[in-house]
Amino acid sequence: MAKRSAPEINAGSMADIAFLLLIFFLVATTMDIDTVISRKLPQKQEPGSPPPPEVKEKNIFEININRNNQMLVEKREYVVLENLKDKVLEFLDNGGGLGSNEVGNCTYCKGGPDGVVDPTSSDHPNKAIISLRTDRGTSYEMFVAVHDVLGQAYIELRNREAMRLYGVTFDDLLDQKFNDKENVELEEKIKKIKDLFPEIISEVEPSGN
Amino acid sequence: MSKFKKQKKELPAISTASLPDIVFMLLFFFMTVTTMRETEFKIKEPVLPQAKSTKRVEDKNFVSTIFIGKSRDASKSGDVIQLNDKIAQVSDIKNFIMVSRVGKSEEDISRMSTVFKADKTSKLGTLADIKKELREVDALKIAYAASQTRKDQ
Repeated sequence: MAKRSAPEINAGSMADIAFLLLIFFLVATTMDIDTVISRKLPQKQEPGSPPPPEVKEKNIFEININRNNQMLVEKREYVVLENLKDKVLEFLDNGGGLGSNEVGNCTYCKGGPDGVVDPTSSDHPNKAIISLRTDRGTSYEMFVAVHDVLGQAYIELRNREAMRLYGVTFDDLLDQKFNDKENVELEEKIKKIKDLFPEIISEVEPSGN
Repeated sequence: MSKFKKQKKELPAISTASLPDIVFMLLFFFMTVTTMRETEFKIKEPVLPQAKSTKRVEDKNFVSTIFIGKSRDASKSGDVIQLNDKIAQVSDIKNFIMVSRVGKSEEDISRMSTVFKADKTSKLGTLADIKKELREVDALKIAYAASQTRKDQ
């Protein structure tokens, strides 16, 4: 028998197949990326476990939101959302005393937007607790908006410190980390900045029904 | 002068041999950039609140999502919870978290987080009940989904 060369495979329909797959993926997938505000829940309190340590009143920044989405700050001041950030910055950046873990005075605190250290406000950013008390009737939109403002305040302070120490903003550090997950040096920088202004937000179980 | 004699030539057909390559390239682009469409909504699709200080979800494999929204039945008021493809009760949350942990190592479990995709009109009561359940099963990492507004706004 004569040796026959194998016939060439017709690749003309390859494009059709690829188009079909392409259209399938266009239809079945979405482009949007989820963006979230992450928080942490407190550990479950076992019965009989020691009570949480006492915290000085001045190290707690209390935000109260009622069921009509009105906000009361530090039990005495009615605040709208636009003014909350300055209040939070004022509180976090106060640095009026000694910090925990023997870090001493807050050397990088600027005393908030007005630059005045208030002895009746927080001692140190690593002691400053933001306590968020809500009602069961508070709307989710308001709740997220308040969390957003708190997040913005922390980001602003962290950006400032990252600029001072490394010459880049904290956002940029996070972006770099997102694209280069294995980078240990970046991770250390991020951790250091986070430790300067740790996010301590406590949510009190809502009241009402 | 025969060199310059007009040659009658037919136009060559345009080669489509590279067309599959181009299409495949597009295909791979879309496969990498997009994500699979998620669950079908049994509740009214939640409209997320807006926020600026949001972060991207790092790894979707370590996220379980809880939807909170209004019922499709307009006569029913109050918030409805949806887990996966089903409408659920607060008491189902523990089970849902346990199921999501099956087959994962201890280290992976500690990386898992729970994302709330709640409608902006929903009330915090439901959310508080869910959080209580999450604390019971030690799923402490939570996140509130929000659509990002531009940073300079």
